[in-house]
Amino acid sequence: MKDKFSTLTSTCIPLPVENIDTDQIIPARFLKATTRKGFGDNLFRDWRYDSNGNPIASFVLNNPAYSGSILVAGKNFGSGSSREHAAWAVAGYGFKVVVSSFFADIFKNNALNNCVLPVVVSEDFLSSLFDSINNAPATTVTVDLNAQTITNNATGESESFSINSYKKGCLLNGFDDIDFLLSKKDDIEEWENKR
Amino acid sequence: MNTLFDKIWDAHIVNKIDEGPTQLYIDRHYCHEVTSPQAFNGLRERGIKVFRPEKTFCSPDHNIPTLNQDKPIADSVSRNQVETLTKNANEFGVTLFGLGHPNNGIIHVIGPENGLTLPGYTIVCGDSHTSTHGAFGAVAFGIGTSEVEMVLASQCILQPKPKTMRITVNGQLKPFVTAKDIALYIIAKMTTGGATGYFVEYAGEAIRNLSMEERMTVCNLSIEMGARGGLIAPDDTTFEYIKGREYAPKGDEWVKSIAYWRTLKSDNNAVFDKEIVFNAEDIEPRITYGTNPGMGIGISENIPNIDEIDDTGKISFKKSIDYMGFKPGEKLLGKPIDYVFLGSCTNGRIEDFRAFANIVKGRHKAKNIVAWLVPGSWKVIAQIKEEGLDKILMEAGFEIRQPGCSACLAMNEDKVPAGKYAVSTSNRNFEGRQGPGARTILAGPLVAAAAAITGKITDPRTIQHD
Repeated sequence: MKDKFSTLTSTCIPLPVENIDTDQIIPARFLKATTRKGFGDNLFRDWRYDSNGNPIASFVLNNPAYSGSILVAGKNFGSGSSREHAAWAVAGYGFKVVVSSFFADIFKNNALNNCVLPVVVSEDFLSSLFDSINNAPATTVTVDLNAQTITNNATGESESFSINSYKKGCLLNGFDDIDFLLSKKDDIEEWENKR
Repeated sequence: MNTLFDKIWDAHIVNKIDEGPTQLYIDRHYCHEVTSPQAFNGLRERGIKVFRPEKTFCSPDHNIPTLNQDKPIADSVSRNQVETLTKNANEFGVTLFGLGHPNNGIIHVIGPENGLTLPGYTIVCGDSHTSTHGAFGAVAFGIGTSEVEMVLASQCILQPKPKTMRITVNGQLKPFVTAKDIALYIIAKMTTGGATGYFVEYAGEAIRNLSMEERMTVCNLSIEMGARGGLIAPDDTTFEYIKGREYAPKGDEWVKSIAYWRTLKSDNNAVFDKEIVFNAEDIEPRITYGTNPGMGIGISENIPNIDEIDDTGKISFKKSIDYMGFKPGEKLLGKPIDYVFLGSCTNGRIEDFRAFANIVKGRHKAKNIVAWLVPGSWKVIAQIKEEGLDKILMEAGFEIRQPGCSACLAMNEDKVPAGKYAVSTSNRNFEGRQGPGARTILAGPLVAAAAAITGKITDPRTIQHD
């Protein structure tokens, strides 16, 4: 059983950079743990801290004006490595939703397997959302998984987003792919025998 | 009218979930120490075994030192991860090629090398460069750790079916243009996210003429344009490579396998969701100038000017160029560099070492250069010695290290210091990839060799050859 997701209204943390790769989300030197815990501390490590470990004031996670459990990022978020540690870092920091106009495939799967919802929006919606947050950091966004809609509450703009109904069900009910696969053992053995 | 990808995918469907992903059977599962411990822990928490242990093969590679591998790993956290892989492999009964084992090396080098990667297979690993194995006409792709656990638990994975794309490279390559240059050219044209959502088949005369190792280099880099994977239809080049390898089919099995493998190609009237065509003659030796593999140019070209970049990409372009310490519009030829790295799952095979040795033979490493030459496996090292390349390289001032991923992602001590430039045959030039603050210029083995002897970015075509 995993966490569940239904609806969320939250302020956002904006990161208007394109092609944010998994090495920025969590650098390789922090991949040495053998559990899933603690990766949030090193999320965006080299953008967030200098080489002495001091917070870099200009980076958005260190700016007290911005908070919330929705990360809004530029196009092609999560490109690069398959490391699920990137999704663990995003989830571990406290994000429940990542909004972007485009996600890398493996990151998208990894996020969904960790109850972090990747919401794909149009370029226009994204750019308008960045503007809203820039004008008013208190801007909130509402994500309704059941209705598959995302709303910028500052402008009232709303868009629907897609997610396959199996994954949607998993998130709404806290189901897990491995439980599903384990329930299909007979099918798998039958398939192996037919081969 | 099916594509090769469709044929292999469809032959592995156990179930299709309504409006959901496919339950796909996996023939080969590779494991390394970084992305597997949490998956094995998951099995323990559920109290279950590995469902088909004979289909999983493990090799530590990411985190291991490239010197003194016979001694305990100095970094205790790295050591723990490597020891955890050994413990998990033993407890769950899966095959391990541990440190010092003759089959040990980078997982994407040793899979093919030992005949574990075969045409028509579905292959996964908790590593995005699993796309390498597509060179054999396999559907091979990288997965996350939750998915590693799925495969261990059920030999299956739930995956949405990607769209199909064919990239055809017509014509013949010019001299000194390598498989790496083909890949960097394609990625620059496609951009770093341009093939996201697709599984790519590479075709055309220039691809057909590549050796197996060159095909692996091309398929390896598929992920760098976002593709789920990349594959090449198997042919006699493929079968010749596989024949006689340790785990390859033998005797009657071999005859049967070949007959099946010969059917593995896209039908003449196959329909792809997207078709792209390039000409091999347009490709020159390549280098990257930015912080993703799509930010590349021909070695004689200039970095783009800011007005050539899309509006939404301008901030990222500027950030990237600033990080690299370059100026928009400038040429990179002749820029001094500090480090050279030959190795990785992209370019750590014997042909890469031959190519590098061929350029540096009779010359000497430039004084300003620190060079790390890291073969992809112990078998590559044995071959280097057998061919006497080690002597050529040593006389030219280079040292051969022990196998591993090394400076490709700098999880071990092979880190490029902040601000230093590395010409690297690896696969990613992301910020900090080769060490915090390191500046990576991706290139093929010939450009790397030319840089190593001149100490600066040099066109290998301008080096005098015997």
